[in-house]
Amino acid sequence: MSLFSKKNQVFLKDPLMDNNPISTQVLGICSALAVTVQLQTAVVMSLAVIFVLSISNVAISLLRNKVPSNIRIIVELAIIATLVILVDQVLKAYLYDISKQLSVFVGLIITNCIVLGRAEAFALQNKPWPSFLDGVGNALGYSIILLTVAFGRELLGSGTIFGFQVIPDAAYAAGYQNMGLMVLAPGAFILLGLIIWVQRALSGTVTE
Amino acid sequence: MEHLISLFVETVFVNNLLLAYFLGMCSFLAVSKRVDTAIGLGLAVIFVEVITVPTNWAIHHFLLAPGALAWAGLPDVDLSFLGFISYIAVIAAMVQLVEMVIDRYSPALYSSLGIFLPLIAVNCAILGASLFMVEREYTLAESAVFGLGAGVGFALAIVAMAAIREKLRYSQIPDGLRGLGITMLITGLMAMAFMSFSGISL
Repeated sequence: MSLFSKKNQVFLKDPLMDNNPISTQVLGICSALAVTVQLQTAVVMSLAVIFVLSISNVAISLLRNKVPSNIRIIVELAIIATLVILVDQVLKAYLYDISKQLSVFVGLIITNCIVLGRAEAFALQNKPWPSFLDGVGNALGYSIILLTVAFGRELLGSGTIFGFQVIPDAAYAAGYQNMGLMVLAPGAFILLGLIIWVQRALSGTVTE
Repeated sequence: MEHLISLFVETVFVNNLLLAYFLGMCSFLAVSKRVDTAIGLGLAVIFVEVITVPTNWAIHHFLLAPGALAWAGLPDVDLSFLGFISYIAVIAAMVQLVEMVIDRYSPALYSSLGIFLPLIAVNCAILGASLFMVEREYTLAESAVFGLGAGVGFALAIVAMAAIREKLRYSQIPDGLRGLGITMLITGLMAMAFMSFSGISL
């Protein structure tokens, strides 16, 4: 089987839209919202999740026939926690300011349901390579939603993108105001609700 | 004492873990379809928060913090990078322990909480509370109060949400918005309502 056969492509592509971890599988919403006030933190968070999810899927897939099933959760948590500690230490060393802004949410990748959910649902039954693709695919699907929410919140809430002002001063002079609600928690909930609506209407998935 | 009461009120209403920090959303969305199950999960979360936050405080304070091992003659050791893995291990172990104790002494409570307890080990609200406790450098008394407040806040939000969703079943909602979409919008409105508590101080 070639590395990017039809079947393997599905593992990578499916979670991006039709089977998106956040909007369809309802996993990992916890951290999706807290870090989306600015695009910069959202990008760093996405990279961290892509790293943790792909590596943990491979590691768990390699161990899938060695670990007795009744202690598998604790083994999975140990693997994930180790990877998250790695990410946290790297961020503290090289991106100290962003790591301060992300505060506890890097640590919370451990309990991000996506990571454990994909480990349980996919990596335990599949070979390492498909598990890697599944991990990357799901992390990218997560990142797409995260970046969309962050884009909306930063643009509407602060009038900037990646910290650069995009709303012209003339607009402020003419009476335009930043939407304070978007910077606060309710803005994130409402924006995500609307994104889910659009996404589900497009892909035609109706659940519940 | 006043300071502790004020911390409690603030944690329940103003800094509600769920509505202000988005923690525990997964189980909040999954288990808020019916009021009685929501009450069960809420109680279980309060229970586990009250136990794990002070326990993790002790672990942090006596084993992991920089210089914490001075009592063992190792004042230069800094184990704080082991934080995440120790806290999650404590939480998983505590949940298991609580489950066994309840099963032994109160089978009735066990059968009502039973299925929710294992779920709680991977609830972000539990780990989140422990991490906030470390970040904000609470004392032992403060961390106990903070754990209680965090649990009560979560329970309050999830029970209120379940009550709204039970009514929502009778309303006409556009197809794509049904389920998760409308729940997020309502959570947004609820978060807005809770924000009106900010500024309360005792």
